[in-house]
Order: sequence, then structure tokens, then C-alpha cells
Amino acid sequence: MKKMSKEKQKKGLVKDMLFLGIILAIAIILLLIFPEKKELVISSSKGFFMEMILILPAVMILMGLFAVFVPNDVIVKYLGRSSGIKGIFLAILMGAFPTGPLYVAFPIAAALLKKGARISNIIAFLSAWACIKIPQELVELQFLGLKFMITRLLLTILFVIVMGIVIEQIVLLSEKTTKHEQTS
Amino acid sequence: MNVTTVFINALAAVCLVFALIKDTTKTKQALKIAIISFFRIFPTVLAIIIIIGLLSGFVPESQISKIVGENAGFRGVLTVAFLGAILHIPSLISFPLAASLLEKGASITSVAVFITTLTMIGMVTLPLEIRILGKKLALLRNGLSFIIAIIIGLIIGVIL
Repeated sequence: MKKMSKEKQKKGLVKDMLFLGIILAIAIILLLIFPEKKELVISSSKGFFMEMILILPAVMILMGLFAVFVPNDVIVKYLGRSSGIKGIFLAILMGAFPTGPLYVAFPIAAALLKKGARISNIIAFLSAWACIKIPQELVELQFLGLKFMITRLLLTILFVIVMGIVIEQIVLLSEKTTKHEQTS
Repeated sequence: MNVTTVFINALAAVCLVFALIKDTTKTKQALKIAIISFFRIFPTVLAIIIIIGLLSGFVPESQISKIVGENAGFRGVLTVAFLGAILHIPSLISFPLAASLLEKGASITSVAVFITTLTMIGMVTLPLEIRILGKKLALLRNGLSFIIAIIIGLIIGVIL
């Protein structure tokens, strides 16, 4: 399994390099045709590059630390048995700490489902994993400012909770009517 | 260097020191992961930064604000919501892109909707999500995320 993901990573890297190559080629061609735009394009790119490069190593270190110090089985252990308001906030917190793409969280969510965790908590966990990551919020802070970041964060937490409850109700309701249909 | 840059680096430094005190081997492992992920994401960062440069050089502000600006209305919001749902850009990189769009006349609502659908919805990973979590949960989560992303964006547009 580990080997497979490594191979996948390699393939992804090749794809990304290809993407970069194509974009670079387009940029060079465009700038050769319209040399008067060169200054604007380069100064704009340079500004964003500087902003990014000053925080990217720090963000990566934070992500690495989370990945190692908050392993997945800890999440399953804590979330499998918590409930109520505390459960939902714990789910969001647990989703916000570790890092990695969303698809890493699916198996964790499946394990939680099997353990009998509430659906609302699992949805909150998945959503938090997707969009309330702490390193992510830091980059958002850098580029979009404190007000934007805090407002979006609070609204997201609120609506993720609502969404979890709504989905749970829908699932429970449909389970009542058609008792059979469950996923394998 | 602005305050945010200093804050983020200080936070990482403090966490790193605590981690080192707690467990050196684990911290080394974490740093290894950090270095690998840095190089893994770097090509995409460069590509997006070049795209931002090209956007500011070749796409006039009037064009951007026509598509995703204040006057684009709900159709503009729907457009970015769809774009965010379909595109598969690492969220870390979506923020500079969003900031550049904002600078060029995109509305706050569309930027917030874009970031939210981009992070919450994964069309590319949807088949996997269906396989692991079941059709019902996966479709409900992605569908409702689309709706709440738009609601969140609209509220942010009103507040800010």
C-alpha cells in the first residue's frame, strides 16, 4: 500500500512538472509577442512569490509536525466515543489538526462510521479536514487578511455543524423508510 | 516582511522547539515530511504564481470584474462555485490566486465561495468518496457543501 502511494506521488509530481512546463511555455511565448507586458507580469509574479516563499517552509513544518504527532488512530479513538456538542467540536478540532488531502480522511471517516460515531460528527470531521486546516488558515491570513479569514472561519464552523445535523437527519429518515439500503 | 509572515514563522519555530523537546526522532520524521511536501508542492506553486502574473498582465480588470465582480450577480457566484468544485488546486495555493483576483476586481463573495467550494468539494475524489463512504453520504456532503459555500460567501459579502 505504501509503495502504491509512493508511485502515485511520483506520477503526480510528473504531472505537476508538466503543468508547470506548459504554463512556463505559454508565459514565455506571450511575453515574446507582447514584450511591453513583461514588467507588469514579472513584478506581479515576483510579489506573490516573495509572499509565498516567506511562509511556505513554516507552513510545511507545521503540517509535518501535525502529521507525525497526531496519528490517525488517535483521532478514531477520541471521536468514536464522543457525543453531543462536545463531540461535534472535538470532531472539528480533530479534523483541523492533521494534514493531508481530503481523500486521506475518507478511510478514517469509514472507520468512525463502523465504530458507531454519529453521522453529524463524521460530516463535521470531514468538512473540517477539508477546509478548516490550521496551516491553511495561516496562508489565508497572509493573503486575504485577518477579517476575511476569521469571518469565513466562523461561518464555516457554524454551517458545517448545521450541515452535519441535516445530513444525519436525512440519513436516519431514509433508513427508517427503507431499512435495507446500507453501504458495504 | 509583514506581521503575518513573522507570526507564522514564529509559530512554526515555537512548535518545532516544543516538538524537539518532546521527541527528537519524531520531530526529525516531521521535518523529513515537511521537506518532501515542500518540494512536492513547489512546481504547482510556481505554476500558479506565473498564472497570477499573466492574469495581471493580460486580463483587464474590467474582464475579471465582469465575470466575478460585484455586478456579475448570482450567475457570477454560481460560476465560481462550479469552478471551485471542479478544479483540483491545493487549497494552500488557492489563497494567493484568490487574493490576486480580489485585487483585480472580483467580489469578496465570489472569492469566499471559490475558496470554500475548492476546499470542501472534490469532484476528482468523489468516486473514491462514494466507494469508501457510500453514495448517500458522499453525494449529500458534496451537494450540501455546494449550497453552504454559496450561503457563506453571500453572508461574507454582506458583512465585509
